[in-house]
Amino acid sequence: MSEHTLARKDILGLRGMSREEITLILDTAASMLEIVDRDIKKVPTLRGKSVLTLFYEPSTRTRSSFELAAKYLSADTLSISTQTSSVQKGETLLDTARNIEVMGVDTVVIRHSASGASHFLARHLKAHVINAGDGMNEHPTQGLLDMFTIRTHLGRLEGLRVLIVGDILHSRVARSNIWGLLTMGARVAVAGPATLLPPRVAELGVDVYTDLDLALRHADVVNVLRLQLERQKKGLFASAREYNEFWGLTPERLRASQPDLLVLHPGPMNRGVEITSEVADGPQAVILEQVKNGVAVRMAILYLLMGGGE
Amino acid sequence: MALQEKARIMDEDAIRRALSRIAHEIAERNLDVDNLVFIGIRRRGVPLAERLAAEIQRIEQKKPPVGVLDITLYRDDLTTKHDTPMVHKTDVPFTVAGKDVILVDDVLYTGRTARAALDAVIDLGRPRTIQLAVLVDRGHRELPIRADYVGKNVPTSQREVIEVRLAEVDGVNEVWIVEKTD
Repeated sequence: MSEHTLARKDILGLRGMSREEITLILDTAASMLEIVDRDIKKVPTLRGKSVLTLFYEPSTRTRSSFELAAKYLSADTLSISTQTSSVQKGETLLDTARNIEVMGVDTVVIRHSASGASHFLARHLKAHVINAGDGMNEHPTQGLLDMFTIRTHLGRLEGLRVLIVGDILHSRVARSNIWGLLTMGARVAVAGPATLLPPRVAELGVDVYTDLDLALRHADVVNVLRLQLERQKKGLFASAREYNEFWGLTPERLRASQPDLLVLHPGPMNRGVEITSEVADGPQAVILEQVKNGVAVRMAILYLLMGGGE
Repeated sequence: MALQEKARIMDEDAIRRALSRIAHEIAERNLDVDNLVFIGIRRRGVPLAERLAAEIQRIEQKKPPVGVLDITLYRDDLTTKHDTPMVHKTDVPFTVAGKDVILVDDVLYTGRTARAALDAVIDLGRPRTIQLAVLVDRGHRELPIRADYVGKNVPTSQREVIEVRLAEVDGVNEVWIVEKTD
């Protein structure tokens, strides 16, 4: 096993992934980014390999990003949406995946509302499994592309102060960012309404703020989470308007923070709720860049999982 | 398996003279210097491409652009290796479409690297010509590929390895034949 190889069959989460593995993925993604900028976006590397995207939850960015990443590397792609498949007829997750696997799929990318769904598949399939978001657990490729974007702009991750704002409780993006950033030596803080912070979140090794203005003064990077309106059924905050007042990233708050604060958002944005348009479209925001970097990061992962022989 | 130095076949002067001669040949064969671009194949093709472009500047008072090519994603042996080789950056900050591309590498051996490099360049655009310049041609081709410019032809056995050492990478300018010993 060389230093240039991931020591794993699957990418299920950033929890437990080593600094060396994360660095290898980010370094490889830096090389892949050049291909995304080409006129002819195609290299022959994964010719003859196939990738299935199996999404049990809606997605725009993540699914297109995985499919383009696979196509740019010449892998074939197949996508199954649960709305139009036999899942509607009651087929189980494992049966669906096993049927696809015997057709020769090399990698399964899965998004599912149940935490641990990708782990379950990985245990039962010989194919590589990539977690594209499982319930409230992890979304590792988002965590990696966030770290890649930060590293591109600030040159490092070690020692940086990264603030994650918003609905930490329901956010798999927050979890993957926390695990990955801590492993890479960054200092991580979270801020949000007390009702949207997981209990005992401080035990993960992050600083916890209940005042956004205070938290922003101690940050080099802020990652603004989407308020997951579809997961809010229990009245955890009063209204979108009130949320914006206390937890929204507004131009006033940005002006009071450090001048080159880098602003990330995993999308899709609720403009005017967790972030105002002026900030989202402003010079400190790198939100569209994150999307582009996501393709390079996923190319890196597909290459590192499938590029070698058996 | 160890490697044992057998003979030094080029020293600093020999390398300099070879590159100077190749640059003259390139200038002679490509009258439209403005249309020339150099692309070095990682790793040691890159400093060689830089040196050749600098020689062209001395001869023609114009420095052609130099790009860097990483051929990892184009290798034909990926599925035969357990490990995935590290992918480095390709950096060709100019268009190759319509250009006369001088592809530069240190050693020409089986031709598989050159084959991969040809595919990689063509994926960047459609050049007018692609010409191959190498410091050492050691024979044993496995594909129908030849170099347009050769610094030195060196007959070798397949047990031997050609080691090109360049100041930019290795601190010295030398070419050695080394032999595998069991």
